[in-house]
Amino acid sequence: MSESVSMNGGNSMEQRSGRVVVALSGGVDSSVAAGLLVEDGYEVVGMMLRLWNEPGRADSNRCCTPDSMAAARRVCATLAIPFYVVDVREVFRKIVVSGFIAGYAKGITPNPCLECNRHIRWQLLLERALALEAGYLATGHYARLARGRDGHFLLLRAIDEAKDQSYVLHTLNQSQLARALFPLGEHRKSSVREMARRLGLMVHDRPESQDLCFLAGDDYRKFLKRNAPEILTPGQITNSAGEILGEHRGLANYTIGQRKGLGISTPNPLYVIAKDMKNNTLIVGRFDELGKDTMIVEEINWINGPPADYSFRALAQIRYTATPQAALITPMQNNRAGVRFDHMVRDITPGQAAVFYDGEVCLGGGIITSAMNSTEEGPHGLGRLTTICANTIR
Amino acid sequence: MLIDKMVYLDNAATTPVDPRVVEAMLPYFNQAFGNPSSIHRYGQQAEEAIENARDCLAGLLNCRPSEIVFTACGSESDNLALRGVAFAARQQRGADHLLISPVEHHAVSHTALQLADLHGFSLEWLPVDEYGLVDPDEVHARLRANTALVSVIYANNEIGTVNPISEIGEVCRQQGVPFHTDAVQAGAYLDLDVEALNVDLLSIGAHKFYGPKGVGALYVRNGTPLLPVQTGGSQESGRRAGTSNVPLIIGMAKALELVHLERQAIIERVLPLRDLVIKTVLAGIPDSRLTGHPTYRLPNHASIVFKGADSNSLLMYLDLKGFACSSGSACKTGNPEPSEVLLALGLPVEWALGSLRITSGAHTTPAEIEAFLSVLPDGVVKARSLWQSASSITE
Repeated sequence: MSESVSMNGGNSMEQRSGRVVVALSGGVDSSVAAGLLVEDGYEVVGMMLRLWNEPGRADSNRCCTPDSMAAARRVCATLAIPFYVVDVREVFRKIVVSGFIAGYAKGITPNPCLECNRHIRWQLLLERALALEAGYLATGHYARLARGRDGHFLLLRAIDEAKDQSYVLHTLNQSQLARALFPLGEHRKSSVREMARRLGLMVHDRPESQDLCFLAGDDYRKFLKRNAPEILTPGQITNSAGEILGEHRGLANYTIGQRKGLGISTPNPLYVIAKDMKNNTLIVGRFDELGKDTMIVEEINWINGPPADYSFRALAQIRYTATPQAALITPMQNNRAGVRFDHMVRDITPGQAAVFYDGEVCLGGGIITSAMNSTEEGPHGLGRLTTICANTIR
Repeated sequence: MLIDKMVYLDNAATTPVDPRVVEAMLPYFNQAFGNPSSIHRYGQQAEEAIENARDCLAGLLNCRPSEIVFTACGSESDNLALRGVAFAARQQRGADHLLISPVEHHAVSHTALQLADLHGFSLEWLPVDEYGLVDPDEVHARLRANTALVSVIYANNEIGTVNPISEIGEVCRQQGVPFHTDAVQAGAYLDLDVEALNVDLLSIGAHKFYGPKGVGALYVRNGTPLLPVQTGGSQESGRRAGTSNVPLIIGMAKALELVHLERQAIIERVLPLRDLVIKTVLAGIPDSRLTGHPTYRLPNHASIVFKGADSNSLLMYLDLKGFACSSGSACKTGNPEPSEVLLALGLPVEWALGSLRITSGAHTTPAEIEAFLSVLPDGVVKARSLWQSASSITE
């Protein structure tokens, strides 16, 4: 983006200094982030969130096991900075875990990390950092910050595109970005491991995981079975024509695009294409039925304010690991938008975040609430999109 | 970490080792390093040293040297007292009733809970008043023929309240029931005369009175049945197996001797500081309360609760401002569970989660306390606003 000024995670053009709180996990990324800030001359304070775990499973929770807490403590001792643990178990349980279960109960595939980032990391922890007279909250996320020509903060993809985490940061607003530091945004993962060795941090060999921390390495289905068996009511599996093909074990056990574990034998593979919550029915179809070109996105955070245009072209990314796809975005009232992809996209999943990009600039994003096909009429087709848009469009 | 400019106000957690104590210990690390159990003269030299330390301690506690058992810490002393007496009482007279206060240190309460959960003892909790005081009459009313042990803390670590140990001991003595007191916090400030206190068992830990960490002692009155908990060699007359930690035992005796000699001077130093903290905080910070008894309390111990404040954040704030305090017992996991001791006083959770303990020591100065009092109000405001926002998220 030509108008932006790179800020080098902290920045080189506009010197930031003073006290900064670093959110530590005991892993290599946040540890190196802390080390880089110390080297840059900040007064660094390490903090670790103690998140909720299922009773009796504290040792397997990914990011706040006694083990990772000890690792973070060691890192801070090595860097000669103070270290504190912030216990947010109760808030995490009430907001993130309850929201996770409630999401599955209403038929979506929730993304609890977004809720944790929004309410815990960038609200509770940021408030704590500010109360401790820190100017900034830093994390080990791979993303960059810059200033637009109008002075607004811009969130940019990381230099290391394979590790970019701007997707999970799309909920940040201007006042949060003004307080954020992402020291790893300008670095590649390979060099981060090297930096850990150089800084003498004993974390470089710790394994990484992409699982949800509170699942304790378990399948989410087992978690739901233990913690919310009431939402797992068996029902029918049908095709889009309504023919009954089998029985499912509770809609929450299935995700859009899923092929394995349907328990139906057919000559051609079948995929989950939709969930009919009203009738507790799982709708499956052929591979070509998976593709959708249109979706509705709600609760959008526009990082630099709502776009002025009636509609505009951008890249839309529908999952943390998905390839961004070209689309026409039509903002609507109440922070919603209709999104029409140039091509069919598979596995558009309600409950996941859709994040919009203009090149390397993250424009913001929201939660996918429905997906449909503009070429089809009917319950999942264009007719419905037109109705929704007619009701809300400016 | 830059801690040389910090102010240490957490002497209930631990104290710095007195340089004279360090000096007394040094020869026993690599010169008189023998094992006191050995036959040769290295062993004899070390044995003489720990027996001198035992004599010294016995003098300070007004007991016989044979009634002192050296342990590795105050918690171990508590464990040995509870388990050792409970198992012996059951073995010898079928007694299986334990009577303890709800304001005990976990070293006592968790041990008693395990004796109840795993070993079938029947555990009864004594009532306490709003200051955490145990009433000797309530002990009397609950004593049974099959009571194996009564245990009441001498001075509480979280709230500083000093219990009427001598009166409780008298009640137990009349019924012939063994009585233990956890005197770990009392060591630096209160009289440890076991005759005056009417106790059968008394636990101390050296690092609370300017001695080294890793050593403690248990007084066991002659004739009190006690089974060993740690078995092995016949050290400590078979009551506690394990090679004697010679240098640390020397250090403990030296440290207790020094505080005994200098106690009055230390009290004269810390008592006005304690009262200044309590008076200033209660007058200047709204919705603040003293926990523990206003007068029956340790002379260096101020414990306050602030309504609707996050004490963990307050501790971080103070630490970054250069003041080391704590919220009740030392804990670094940021656990927001309210303290059982504070709940036992009848405090609502909204108050109990906002606790702060300020404990001065032999080196605390009035200027340090004044500096502390000047930053505290702002810290409480911030800890309250963080509490508010955490509560509003979950509403």
